[in-house]
Amino acid sequence: MNTTQLLELFLHFASLSLLAIGGALGMAPEMRRFLVDEQHWISDLQFTDAVVIAQAAPGPNILFVTLLGWQVAGPLGAVATTVGLMLPSSLATWWGWRLKRAREDAPLVHAIRLGLSPIAIGLTASAGWVVAAGSNRSDWRLWLLTAISVVVVMRTRLNMLWLIGAGAALGALGVVG
Amino acid sequence: MSAGTGLDRDPDGQPRPGSLHELFWVFTSLALRGFGGVLPWAQRALVEERRWLTREQFVETLAFGQLLPGPNICNVAIMVGDKWFGWRGSLAALGGLMCVPMAIVLLAAVLYGPVADEPIVRRALAGMGAVAGGMILATAGKLALAQRGRWRWLGFGVLAFLGVGVLHLKVITVLAALAPLAVVSAWIAQRRAAQPGSSS
Repeated sequence: MNTTQLLELFLHFASLSLLAIGGALGMAPEMRRFLVDEQHWISDLQFTDAVVIAQAAPGPNILFVTLLGWQVAGPLGAVATTVGLMLPSSLATWWGWRLKRAREDAPLVHAIRLGLSPIAIGLTASAGWVVAAGSNRSDWRLWLLTAISVVVVMRTRLNMLWLIGAGAALGALGVVG
Repeated sequence: MSAGTGLDRDPDGQPRPGSLHELFWVFTSLALRGFGGVLPWAQRALVEERRWLTREQFVETLAFGQLLPGPNICNVAIMVGDKWFGWRGSLAALGGLMCVPMAIVLLAAVLYGPVADEPIVRRALAGMGAVAGGMILATAGKLALAQRGRWRWLGFGVLAFLGVGVLHLKVITVLAALAPLAVVSAWIAQRRAAQPGSSS
């Protein structure tokens, strides 16, 4: 990957940073569209793997962005995507937090939160859908596993590590997939 | 607790991190406990264990972080760190949150690279992917349930899901179409609700 492409990678992720309402995962479908469909820098499978590995490892979800960059262009790619996605939003947060101390609870702030929350939820659901569809394809047993995971996570306080481990074991043993 | 002279505005007696070093490691340890989401652990460590923040302060910080773009947990770290040590605190908290987990995830990626095409690894990853997709969908589901009492607003969420998840439109297109509409509707609804005696 040449410098121009690396810069392009950085700028695309930086442009997504300020759109990432509700978190980085909401931008995952857009990253897939850009990296897989538009630029053909990584495969659909590599994209899904990056999200899955990051979900299976401890730490913030945003680390899937680091892995995507790593798969596109190694260490420099990882820096480009991570810093790109984090820098603008972090500066906005830091600056906004200091401003906020002056004026609390403006009605416009309420309206923005009320209006944007459902959209952020829709974007998060899109990310889950894209990951599940990329991984499950047309295997009904994998879709069943996805459905069970949804119910378990929503209804119990089970540590997700166990759930991911169970998925890996069921897959490796050939029960699903 | 006398160490530090940051921007502490808390009532007297509330514990606070003694150093940037301590802030860094507390965020590292809470990040390493979080599989599939760090936020619940941030609440447990910062509010219940260390008592650096009250529950109300944590919720307020989180709500503001959710309003702004970017990963919520990173935004929380930036704001919490700033509280005691200014920008250096933000960097320490964010660094603690990211550095060690990033090393782990990159190590996992390096190990995975050479075996990525092995059938058994592919099958395991397929199983993990099915679960990971479910985990993310469940996160969206939980957030949706928290919207109790304003269900109709979820219509915007459904449209966002259809546009981005199903139709694979550019996220900026979807946001440009939906976000202004959603915020203006919310603004109007809020003003109507605030007007006393409006019977319609």
